[in-house]
Amino acid sequence: MATPPNRVAATPLAPQSQAGFVYLPLIAGWLVPGAGHFLQRKWGRGALLSASIFGMFALGVAMQGKIYASAKDILDILGLVGDLGNGLLYIVSRVLGLGADTVQVTTADYGTRFIVVAGLLNVIAAVDAHNLRTGRKIS
Amino acid sequence: MSPSHFTAVLLFALFASTVFGITQRETPRKMVRYGIYCFVLFVGSAIVLSWVMFLIAR
Repeated sequence: MATPPNRVAATPLAPQSQAGFVYLPLIAGWLVPGAGHFLQRKWGRGALLSASIFGMFALGVAMQGKIYASAKDILDILGLVGDLGNGLLYIVSRVLGLGADTVQVTTADYGTRFIVVAGLLNVIAAVDAHNLRTGRKIS
Repeated sequence: MSPSHFTAVLLFALFASTVFGITQRETPRKMVRYGIYCFVLFVGSAIVLSWVMFLIAR
């Protein structure tokens, strides 16, 4: 006796996860801090994330932190990867020549870390926006 | 701009905790609680480690 074929349970996806380019919040959130959440109408969260990341980056620049432009050793590579997480902020700051080339005062060392961590936090925020978009994170 | 070391710690903890709270929890109430938890851990661990280094250096 043949067994009946398994029925695949029809699990309707959330309407949000069906339409459009699913990676848009991820890319937008990386390029502009908070934009991934704004795209999904999470205005409060987007504003807080944006203020935190912009604020951290701006404080890092104000403290004469270094913005990595090239990588000569492993620490430079890690710093550059962290800086690239800032998306357009990194590109604009490079174009405008912001940030110090070398760290000369103690606070500049703090500033350099602020800029790197702002980039890493921005990546976390962009991934969170992607998870909201795909439905992996409910709300 | 030249903030003190402790001011830099407070600013760092504030911004990082905000992002951690929003991204690592689902509901607003849990976000606030986790954000405060992270902030206290950041600042508290900085104070404890500072005292440890001070006592080692003596």
